[in-house]
Amino acid sequence: MIEINHASKWYGDFQVLDDCTTHVAKGEVVVVCGPSGSGKSTLIKCVNGLEAIGSGDINVDGLKVNGRKTNLNKLRSRIGMVFQSFELFPHMSVLDNVMLGQLKVLKRSSDEAQQRATLLLDQVGLSEHAGKYPAQLSGGQQQRVAIARGLAMDPIAMLFDEPTSALDPEMINDVLDVMVDLAQDGMTMMVVTHEMGFAQKVADRIVFMDEGKIVEDSPKDEFFKAQGSERAKEFLSKILTH
Amino acid sequence: MNYNWDWGILFREPYFDWLVEGLMWTVSLSLCAWVIAFALGSVLGIMRSCSSRPLQLIATVYVELFRNVPLLVQLFLWYFVFPELLPDDAGRWVKREMPMPALTTAIIAIGLYTASRVCEQVRSGIAAVGIGQRNAGKAIGMNEWQVYRYILLPNAFRIIIPPLTSEFLTIFKNSSLALTIGVVELTAMTRQIEEYTFQGFEAFTAATVIYSVVTFTVMLLMRVVERRIRIPGMIATS
Repeated sequence: MIEINHASKWYGDFQVLDDCTTHVAKGEVVVVCGPSGSGKSTLIKCVNGLEAIGSGDINVDGLKVNGRKTNLNKLRSRIGMVFQSFELFPHMSVLDNVMLGQLKVLKRSSDEAQQRATLLLDQVGLSEHAGKYPAQLSGGQQQRVAIARGLAMDPIAMLFDEPTSALDPEMINDVLDVMVDLAQDGMTMMVVTHEMGFAQKVADRIVFMDEGKIVEDSPKDEFFKAQGSERAKEFLSKILTH
Repeated sequence: MNYNWDWGILFREPYFDWLVEGLMWTVSLSLCAWVIAFALGSVLGIMRSCSSRPLQLIATVYVELFRNVPLLVQLFLWYFVFPELLPDDAGRWVKREMPMPALTTAIIAIGLYTASRVCEQVRSGIAAVGIGQRNAGKAIGMNEWQVYRYILLPNAFRIIIPPLTSEFLTIFKNSSLALTIGVVELTAMTRQIEEYTFQGFEAFTAATVIYSVVTFTVMLLMRVVERRIRIPGMIATS
């Protein structure tokens, strides 16, 4: 489904991605972790073309993301993305946030879009907040709306860029619960996160990045049992001490 | 100081009518110039922040050109120099046959100048909305125009209402420069009253009060607008 082959990227002289190769199969959940500045977020943003790669290539569902002729807008409409800072549209109600893409991109009728949005808001446990504005919701609620917004496009895969890093501890679980449900329903997911509990529960594979390189890419059980690299060992021992 | 105060002069004919007429010209000149400034400035602001290099460049050149030449010089250029650069017939049309040549020129000159300033307000508003919102729009598959239309602009214009208000007040005050090319607006009328009656203190006091009342009204009006389009849950900025 998602194939990243030898992707590299530079910001001026600074190399953010260094020959990254990994694949996410249909229905697979891949967790990407690693220290700050290791290029995780950049990598995931390259998957739907929000950032361009310098060399290598990325294919999603057989379409080349960095191809000249690729209709990126169309490709993006089929990949849901959830951001660290939610990025709900502040001037629209929750319902309108979940309907906007359906109306303007998928050209659904407003009845159909509203039905779908209502269903999804129910699924993430927020149906009673449909008429509110993002600023009237808590962070956890906003992030669940953002997930519903992504799902409303009936995506073939969902990308999560540190979806719980900006949340109060109490709200993290509400968001993770929704993500676990999604994973168990068979959604293809690529998740940048430090939530190792989530990884242990639903991930199929763990990708560990450091300094722009993919240092480890192994099945979950293998990764948690014995890390192949010193760097991953050190990282895990630091985040799992408490 | 030996001065015969006579505030009654302001309410006597024809001087009262002159003031009213002057105010009318000032207001129409400002509103027309504002339409140009706002429309063109918004388009330029979008161009300056969009992903197309050539469009960015065009808008940047425009802004630097119009923002860096004094407005008075621009007025003179449009009024005295521009018609001479045109072919004879066109030049004559601009100078004489065009309806109200001085007023039209003033509207265009002030409008084009202010557009460069509005452009910068719009651009900074769009920047303030942020790359995150732009990405969120793109991520659901919207094209660039849709991202602007449905996400960036509605938020950017809300943010820049206060600076846009002062931009409008500036256009209103700058309209007095139009007297230099012969538009008989409020300031010109005031001077005329002074020349006819030698009651300069009264005349200019009247002008001061009229300008202030109008600007104050606009300010209050814009505050109401700001309150009405405020997004629920957001903390008020004013």
